[in-house]
Amino acid sequence: MRPWQKDSVLKVEHLTMRFGGLTAVDDVSFEAGRGDITALIGPNGAGKTTVFNCITGFYKPTEGMIGLIHPDSRTFLLERLDDHDINSRARVARTFQNIRLFRGMTVLENLMVAQHETLNRASGFTLGALFGIGGYQAAEEEAIEFAREWLDRTGLTSRADAVAGELPYGEQRKLEIARAMCTRPLLLCLDEPAAGLNARESDALNKLLYSIRSRDGIAILLIEHDMSVVMRISDHVVVLDYGKKIADGTAEEVRNDPSVIGAYLGVPDKEVAKVEREVGL
Amino acid sequence: MVEPGRFFSHRLKSALVNATVSALVASALFCLILGVRTVDSVQGLTLRPRPLLLAIAVGIVFSGRLALDLVWWNRTWRPAVAKPVWLKRLGSAVLQYGGIALIVAATLFPLIALTLESSVHLGLPLRYLFDLSIVVLTYVMLGSGLNIVVGLAGLLDLGYVAFYAVGAYGFALLATNFGWSFWMCLPIAGVLAAMWGCTVGLPVLRLRGDYLAIVTLAFAEIVRIVLLNWTQVTNGPNGVSGIPKPTFFGLPFSSTGDVTFSSLFGLKYDPLQGIVFLYYVIFALALLTNLVTLRLRRLPIGRAWEAMREDEIACRSLGINTTVTKLSAFATGAMFGGFAGAFFATRQGFISPESFTFIESATILAIVVLGGLGSQLGVALAAIAMIGGFEALRHTQGLKVIFGPDFDPALYRMLLFGLAMVMIMLWRPRGIVASRMPSILLKPQRGVPLLTKERSA
Repeated sequence: MRPWQKDSVLKVEHLTMRFGGLTAVDDVSFEAGRGDITALIGPNGAGKTTVFNCITGFYKPTEGMIGLIHPDSRTFLLERLDDHDINSRARVARTFQNIRLFRGMTVLENLMVAQHETLNRASGFTLGALFGIGGYQAAEEEAIEFAREWLDRTGLTSRADAVAGELPYGEQRKLEIARAMCTRPLLLCLDEPAAGLNARESDALNKLLYSIRSRDGIAILLIEHDMSVVMRISDHVVVLDYGKKIADGTAEEVRNDPSVIGAYLGVPDKEVAKVEREVGL
Repeated sequence: MVEPGRFFSHRLKSALVNATVSALVASALFCLILGVRTVDSVQGLTLRPRPLLLAIAVGIVFSGRLALDLVWWNRTWRPAVAKPVWLKRLGSAVLQYGGIALIVAATLFPLIALTLESSVHLGLPLRYLFDLSIVVLTYVMLGSGLNIVVGLAGLLDLGYVAFYAVGAYGFALLATNFGWSFWMCLPIAGVLAAMWGCTVGLPVLRLRGDYLAIVTLAFAEIVRIVLLNWTQVTNGPNGVSGIPKPTFFGLPFSSTGDVTFSSLFGLKYDPLQGIVFLYYVIFALALLTNLVTLRLRRLPIGRAWEAMREDEIACRSLGINTTVTKLSAFATGAMFGGFAGAFFATRQGFISPESFTFIESATILAIVVLGGLGSQLGVALAAIAMIGGFEALRHTQGLKVIFGPDFDPALYRMLLFGLAMVMIMLWRPRGIVASRMPSILLKPQRGVPLLTKERSA
């Protein structure tokens, strides 16, 4: 049994997603270990984002089961939950490939919106706080403190009152991660977090992700094209191609898997082997 | 290097071509509108060509375009790009204290007007002034209510007048059939409108943008047509009359009766007393709407509304139930519309479906858009400009000097209104007040309103 199967936070079983005649994801099963960084990789159009959208509730899968297991071993079947319940009850947070911030609002406001569920309950579903009943003030201060913690960790504290849409691209990416973390998730799903970042920013991102994994013990599932990021920080790599899972293992195993090489180089396995023999590998 | 002479001849040529094209377009547009006039003569309806008028209009377009091309668009001097400091200071001062200044002015206005009139006898048309201010304040209230839906939550609602109608008819029918008083019915009217908001909202709010606008428009028409045709209940096109006026803690404003407002306070009866009271009632209601909005913006629900306007998908990924959030915005906006409706009914004393046509919704929406989506100060300013400004236009005597004594400026309201809209869209595309105050700051700083340059519309 592999380490991520012993204590997994996410269990995807026989996931299939069809759009009309197109099968974008075909019978994919994998696990993500609690507190692990799991990378989902594959060539363009392999169905990675579709898997993501199924996990985070933006698509309802055609077939299959997605289980999210809490530390107290309660299991949430994500395919049966509404998308907002996947965040608020099952505690899965996500970021988007094309950044989706609340661009007209400030950085701090973005992080406050992320804590909506807690704050809304503290405000007595608005009515309490509107008439000054209940301890909304304390809850809000606590929320600001939590937001500040994430601002510090992403290095955005000095930009807290800036308008989110006016931040540089790299900071917007970091803010989106901070915002997702403010929902206090158990599983953080990142859709290409390093896309468009330069080498230094992507290095800082690696550190941030690593600290989320080791300091907070939160599992990360990420889609990434940048292999240097994937190979350096992932505990576990799942490879998709044409909607099917073609490899599943540690970064080292996947790197040497002939079918993965084939998928990325675009030639059938046998031919890769033939080429490799010829080259003398 | 092009020699100057050739350069100018080239410019002149292209300017002439442009001007000719503009003139051709203008003549095609104007040839039927200005070029001919239908005349009722002995032979029946005949057409009388007006070539001179057409030629003048086309000539204005031609020379105007030529002048723009050669002089204005080709000018070498540019206005200073940076705004002068005093203008910036003025702008932020207006943003910071404008709201309070408006509130103070609105509170003092009747008192000052009354004292002035009683001491100096200027002969001010007091009754007319108060009536006009009541109308303006009603629109401030309606605009503020719609601002919650359109400005904060970003739900384009073209049928806001439906809630206004529900509030007005709710109060009018309860008052005339059961004899309930205004103050008893006011909350009921709000609740009725909010309920109608939820009823409409549930099926409709899965739509977005243009589709939502069309469906809300249709619902408003349904409300109006039901009011028009359900004669047994609403008295159809004849409307509901004899709607009671509000009382001052049970004291009516009238010249007769045992205990009235004037008799209890030992005042001489004056019909103005009732009107001033109505003024303060709608002022209080408008103030309430704005204070509640101000408070809601700083609560999680208000932030969720604004977040939903910015990005609905991101909201859902953060665990916000957007259906509930949208419904709450719709219902809150509707409730204030209902309050305003009840006030409208009590002020008029008579309501009919005629008062709740699409043009009302359009006016209210125009106030919100003109003021700046989401800006409460902007809505108040836009309501004053649109309702008060056009009323002022009716009394502009200066234009009669130019256009002759038969000129009635009020007839050109819509034309000017359209022109004003185009101007605003050109110069201030995001409304009179385009800045947005953050609902929370990490480091509270005094008096620096945050000017957002980028905001997805």
